[in-house]
Amino acid sequence: MNHLLSWIIWLPILGMVAIAFVPRDKSEVIKKIAAVFSGLQLVLATYLWSIFDASNGTFQFMERAEWIPSFNITYILGVDGLSLPMVFLMALIGFIGVFVSWNIDKAIKGYFSLFLLLNTGVMGVFLSLDFFLFYIFWEVMLLPMYFLIGMWGGPQREYAAIKFFIYTLFGSVLMLIAILALYFTCGNTFDMLVLIETAPTALNGMLWWGMSAIKVIWVLLFIGFAIKVPVFPFHTWLPLAHVEAPTAISVILAGVLLKLGVYGILRVNYNMLPDGVFWFAGALAVLGLINVIWGAMCALAQTDLKKLVAYSSVNHMGYTLIGMAAVIAASEMNGENLISAQAGLGGAVFQMFNHGTISAMLFILVGVIYDRAHHRDIEGFGGLASQMPIYTAFVAIAFFAGLGLPGFSGFISEAMIFIGAFPVFKTVVIISTLGILLNAAYFLWAFQRMFFGPANEKYNDIPEINKRELFTVIPLAVITLILGVYPRPFLDLIAATLNVLIESVVSYGGLAAAM
Amino acid sequence: MSNLNSLAHFWPELILTVTVLTAIIADLFYRREESYKVAWWLLGGLALTLFSIRISSSLISSLFMGTIAIDPFSQFFKVLILISTALVILMSFNSKELKDYRVGEYYSILAIMAFGLFLMASAIDILMVYIAIEIVSIMSFFLAGYLKKKPESNEASLKYVIYGAFSSGIMLYGLSILFGLTGTTKFFEMQSAIASLSSDASLALIIATVFILVGFGYKISAVPFHFWTPDVYEGSPTTITAYLSVAPKAAGFAMIIRFFNQVFGDGNAFSSESWLALNGIPWPQLLGILAAATMTVGNLVAIQQNSVKRMLAYSSIAHAGYMMMALPLMSQSGIYAIMIYLTMYLFMNLGAFYVVIYVQGKFGGENFENFNGLGWKMPFVGVVMTLFMVALTGLPPTAGFIGKFYIFAAVIEAGSQYYWLAFVGVINSVISLYYYIRVVKHMYLFGERSESISMPSSKLVTVVLLVLAIPTFIFGWYFGPVANWINESLVIFNGI
Repeated sequence: MNHLLSWIIWLPILGMVAIAFVPRDKSEVIKKIAAVFSGLQLVLATYLWSIFDASNGTFQFMERAEWIPSFNITYILGVDGLSLPMVFLMALIGFIGVFVSWNIDKAIKGYFSLFLLLNTGVMGVFLSLDFFLFYIFWEVMLLPMYFLIGMWGGPQREYAAIKFFIYTLFGSVLMLIAILALYFTCGNTFDMLVLIETAPTALNGMLWWGMSAIKVIWVLLFIGFAIKVPVFPFHTWLPLAHVEAPTAISVILAGVLLKLGVYGILRVNYNMLPDGVFWFAGALAVLGLINVIWGAMCALAQTDLKKLVAYSSVNHMGYTLIGMAAVIAASEMNGENLISAQAGLGGAVFQMFNHGTISAMLFILVGVIYDRAHHRDIEGFGGLASQMPIYTAFVAIAFFAGLGLPGFSGFISEAMIFIGAFPVFKTVVIISTLGILLNAAYFLWAFQRMFFGPANEKYNDIPEINKRELFTVIPLAVITLILGVYPRPFLDLIAATLNVLIESVVSYGGLAAAM
Repeated sequence: MSNLNSLAHFWPELILTVTVLTAIIADLFYRREESYKVAWWLLGGLALTLFSIRISSSLISSLFMGTIAIDPFSQFFKVLILISTALVILMSFNSKELKDYRVGEYYSILAIMAFGLFLMASAIDILMVYIAIEIVSIMSFFLAGYLKKKPESNEASLKYVIYGAFSSGIMLYGLSILFGLTGTTKFFEMQSAIASLSSDASLALIIATVFILVGFGYKISAVPFHFWTPDVYEGSPTTITAYLSVAPKAAGFAMIIRFFNQVFGDGNAFSSESWLALNGIPWPQLLGILAAATMTVGNLVAIQQNSVKRMLAYSSIAHAGYMMMALPLMSQSGIYAIMIYLTMYLFMNLGAFYVVIYVQGKFGGENFENFNGLGWKMPFVGVVMTLFMVALTGLPPTAGFIGKFYIFAAVIEAGSQYYWLAFVGVINSVISLYYYIRVVKHMYLFGERSESISMPSSKLVTVVLLVLAIPTFIFGWYFGPVANWINESLVIFNGI
């Protein structure tokens, strides 16, 4: 199939156009159109996975078309082992998200149109290999997100929406400066493939106001991406946005949008500014550590279940940062410990995927109880295990997966990260294992308060989790369990690409000292 | 070229003149309530003018003894001016404010102003510069005060007159010093005279330049010469506010670019070194600081407004600031960026003002509260206004992003000494998001969702909104043709 990637990106837009022609009172039809188009997208993404050549670490299924030749802007798409899992994740979460949103009752037409637009934006970021295109997709996400939080969100939605919008826009305009700086210093091109070739050397020795150009661009890009991750101290928009957003949007936000930041750092910072990686790796590990501890501590203090889950995202994304920093283990000065680098980076990418499935599951389950009880106060429940046994079982799976219990995919990725990072960042790893402990503490404590103990009479006849909700949770739970015992298919998929990435980062390792 | 020969290349202006005269005479035969029909005459005339510009040769020459340039650069601006004039005429049909007045003269004066703007865009002689600015200013005074029963409109006109007279006086003084130094009024002769000036004249030259900048700064409402803008913009009929925020600004930028490149440059695009002709003062930094101040002041004050119209007035100051960022660079791509920005800005800003005009007419006010629930009541207007607001913020995929993108690209291309300016610029875009999105917030997040939705009752409103919205959207992701057209218009700066 030609233009497979284009189809994956633009299918939701076609769905949006289709929805535009449906009268707004036909809500069932609108939902079905959204489901069909994101379902088709999921089929295509799965097909892409099946025909993807995992032994090849370069970009595949490339598409290239002239766009604005006068500014060297081209429409380039391509997929590699780094973006493929993210594309699949987005297609999956996007499909599930439609069913999670099934009960939306206000302005359904607008909701699903924006939902599909958001899907296209995210897919576009993962698949575009032209920086201009990348940036356009990056920003296209913002407006739908603003509306989805601002119109369908909770009581503080306006504030949450504008805070999210301003925060992310701030990050992305810094990124725009960095993109333009790269364009003009590396041969007037937005083509990421060319930039990956030229940028590492073109910027060498360039000084801006006495600072190394590499460092300046690195920091600008990093702030842009870090806000999305979110890295402490740029994380304050996240709990708010999560708590106020409707369930499906929290699911997308935690499941996929946060990964955009990490993906961006790996795709852009790591590939184009390998020197900077060595300069920044220490800071990255420490920031990761702060995320881990800070996120866990904050989660421990929450009484709102959704906020707890939101802070657990901060915590989980911290591990990815530590894993990413481990890449420097493979350099000469660190003893060419390639295994560590592979484990760390592989763990980081795996953790991204796992957090995508686990946090999506967590948010869906929070949504389930909120729909019934209309509050999310952890203290307001008790003994739910007897009232909603099936629901309890799924929450148990999600919580245990979240706290990194062996047998769930989260354990594998976190273990890989620690194994990879240990040789280079011993202290960070030792302290961050403390984070695992805190992790277990807040999940188990919340579990205990909600599901055990004396039953709250008020919820004696609370309805059990229904079929639709089960349909949204089960695929995620199954993936978490399968990858928890047999992670091989996933790790094989990303290995070749990551090896190329590690090699390109490390081959500039010698230059780092000269910087 | 001699005066008589010049006429053969002066068709657009001649057609415009005949159009205005026809309109004035036609107006005599219309009764008061029919006087809006004058507009149709004018629209026809403007179409003819546009046609004559498009078919005219791409000859690069000077007319009327070297006072007016004829080149693709001025043609570009003339097309922009024509488009905005025609759009504003169309927008005026539905203006409720103008209902109580005889509008025949209103339309004629608008066209005379377009004529003045034509001259501004092509003047290459300081006398012609002054005359063109005066034609435009005097017509603006009329139009700003057109609502004679409304005190704010009178106030606007009076303020405009005082500020205008003052700044053009200062400018005239600067121009006369320049004439004294060089002994000529023509841009190109001045340039060679300045090059051979002795160094003890540099103080006089600096003073002259500063004074001239005051005049230009007033025209494009740059800080600190912007004080007239908010009150004039608020008091004027909204259609005129829209016009003032677009067309004179475009012509003003054309004039600045031409003046600085041809008087102080070597006729080609200025390189930053050419500023050395004005040694003693770091001009690029100075202009950069003015640009930064203009956008920051515009944005910070815009946040505090309760009237959308006044907010747009301040935001237009900010937009002038964005465009000014490209001035100190004086590079080919800087000029290019300004021209792209002006093209994009024309559609999105007129669009935003048109929605304000519409809301004013329908809900009787122009404050944020009047926009409450608009997105629910009139989805079409709501969506279109959201598009304009997003475009003015500069988010992709809209025309506004492309404009900003080119500006930032030009600034960054100019080298690391200007990065701070790009930084101030992007931070300002983030600030502007706050007040632009506030309109969207009022349209969608406030107000009840109503079951009855309606389209604008008049077909004309829908059509004009579409005419403004479609380019705002399309140019956001496909601007190749515009970019090429501007590239061709820039040949004069490639070195003739």
